[in-house]
Amino acid sequence: MKKVFKLEDLDCAACAAKMEDAIKKVKGVQVVSVNFVTQRLKLELDEENYDTIIKEIKKVCKKVEPDCTILD
Amino acid sequence: MTKKERKSLIKIIIAMILLIMVSILPVNDIVKLGLYIITYLIVGYDVVWKAIKNLFTGQVFDEHFLMSLATIGAFATGEYLEAVLVMLLYQIGELFQSYAVGKSRRQITELMDIRPDYANIEQDGKLVKVAPEEVSLGDEIVVKPGEKIPLDGIVKDGESMLDTSALTGESVPRKAKINDTVLSGCINKTGILKIEVTKEFSESTASKILDLVENASTKKAKTENFITKFARYYTPIVVVLALCLAFLPPIFIRDLTVLDCVKRSMTFLVISCPCALVISVPLGFFGGIGGASRQGILIKGSNYLEALSNTKTIIFDKTGTLTEGKFQVVKTESKDKDKLLEIAVLAESFSSHPIALAIREKAKKQLDQKRIKNVKEVAGKGITAKIDGKEVYVGNIKLLTDHKIECPEVSDIGTIIYVALEKEFLGYIVIADKVKENAKETLEELKHKNHITTTVMLTGDKKEIASSIAKEVGVDKVYSELLPQDKVDKLEMILKDQVGENKVAFVGDGINDAPVLTRADVGIAMGALGSDAAIEASDVVIMDDDISKINDAINLSQRTIRIVKQNIYFAIGIKVFFLILGALGVANMMEAVFADVGVSVIAILNSMRALNVKK
Repeated sequence: MKKVFKLEDLDCAACAAKMEDAIKKVKGVQVVSVNFVTQRLKLELDEENYDTIIKEIKKVCKKVEPDCTILD
Repeated sequence: MTKKERKSLIKIIIAMILLIMVSILPVNDIVKLGLYIITYLIVGYDVVWKAIKNLFTGQVFDEHFLMSLATIGAFATGEYLEAVLVMLLYQIGELFQSYAVGKSRRQITELMDIRPDYANIEQDGKLVKVAPEEVSLGDEIVVKPGEKIPLDGIVKDGESMLDTSALTGESVPRKAKINDTVLSGCINKTGILKIEVTKEFSESTASKILDLVENASTKKAKTENFITKFARYYTPIVVVLALCLAFLPPIFIRDLTVLDCVKRSMTFLVISCPCALVISVPLGFFGGIGGASRQGILIKGSNYLEALSNTKTIIFDKTGTLTEGKFQVVKTESKDKDKLLEIAVLAESFSSHPIALAIREKAKKQLDQKRIKNVKEVAGKGITAKIDGKEVYVGNIKLLTDHKIECPEVSDIGTIIYVALEKEFLGYIVIADKVKENAKETLEELKHKNHITTTVMLTGDKKEIASSIAKEVGVDKVYSELLPQDKVDKLEMILKDQVGENKVAFVGDGINDAPVLTRADVGIAMGALGSDAAIEASDVVIMDDDISKINDAINLSQRTIRIVKQNIYFAIGIKVFFLILGALGVANMMEAVFADVGVSVIAILNSMRALNVKK
């Protein structure tokens, strides 16, 4: 399934690339792109375990970019 | 300003007030130190905290770590004021940078804001606002003056003028009446329209275009990739250099203490942060893409923007690109032109052939069709009929010679329609596809202003027609009588001749030249508004069929690349300069922070120039 999230306080393009790399490694994520200019996170995910995948994504993002929040 | 920015601003103001108090109040040194530490913590605790946290997650050497190390180092060496000032300056810089980035983002997204917010649906005699996603096929929506058309559809009732500038960049409003197809993203100017929805929201033009532009940044240009790679090698190199700087010189030079050198190496680290590059380059590219979309030019990725700026050869398709793509009467030749046209119009009044349409359009008036009898279409030749009881012949030369009517040889280029009345030759009409008004100008400008070296025309049309049009618009090379697959072969041939970074662009209408569009380095589709196939096959989409937009597109790409390069040279240049100063101990830490922030902000402001387009 496809999902788009808005991001807040994404401060630099390098951070966006870092987040993208980190999210790519989360199990259940097929495609991910973090757009620095539009501050959007685009995801393609497995249907099952949706909630756990999202939780995991938020966790890894907090780790690499503590400032940036994923808005629901 | 976001919440984070506001919080940071308050902290900065409080810290400034405290600093002023410390310097004017007559207090002893211990109280001063206490006040400095309090100020430092107020303005910088989050930086220090993040540095510590990052250490535990394995992200050593980010800017927070550098700033904490440098300022705490300054405290340790007794330079309290400098420590606080550096942190304060850093925070001001961050705030300014964040504000500038936010502003640029807003500018870009506003520019591309063609996303409709709602649709009006009639329910129980009342208009209700619903989300465009909720409207289904076949529903009837109402669009009031001043509102955006939310979904593609057909006008069922009403008449209005539409502002299509968000889609095409064209500022002259377009008329919409019953049974016209209207596209989402246009703004309704004058009347109320009732529209039957023909495409769901996600399939509608506005959504598609927005999707395209927003995803454009995922296709990265070489320059952009270079920056990412650069950052990867840059940081470790800088750290190693800093370590050398701290510990090597004291061994060789007696006058330098380790403490001095450690200070210098920290300054060196503070200067080294590559923010300016990492932020301004993608912003520049995106600015260029956003600015282009404002003019009705969609560029599908920064890589195409870059290729467009390196284009040296442009290949044009003839029909619909250099020419209008529709038949028009270009000449009438007779002693009595009005009569000639009248007979032709009457004879052709029942036909739907493109030539008949062209003749009727020229006459612009309806004639009494009762005057015409016995209409006979002679396949491949023309029409014979009786008008006002007299025998008329309207068709090509074969029709007239078949009926033994004498007529002169005509050498005009195009389709020639002969007209004869009662076995007597009356005159002829020349019908041809007209060259676009600004085609010649555009081609000249391409060569003189935009460094295009070769222009080529490909066409399936006959040789005489092709060369006459080529001469008229002034292309360098013509290849005519080509089948669609021949066009690809010719393109391959041209591609092979290119040297270095030189790129080849192909311009077509996307209808039957999709293979060529995809094969070219840059495929440009013209007049693509509403044609999904053309948008799909091309790399650059020009929404209307104004050929001069090719000039605009190339101009804009060259300008954007220029801006991006300026930023790269400027940022790296200033950085290297300050790195040397820092290493030699000439620049102190405050100047270092200033250089870092200053370069970033200037680069961001510069990259926003890419967004400005001439209107």
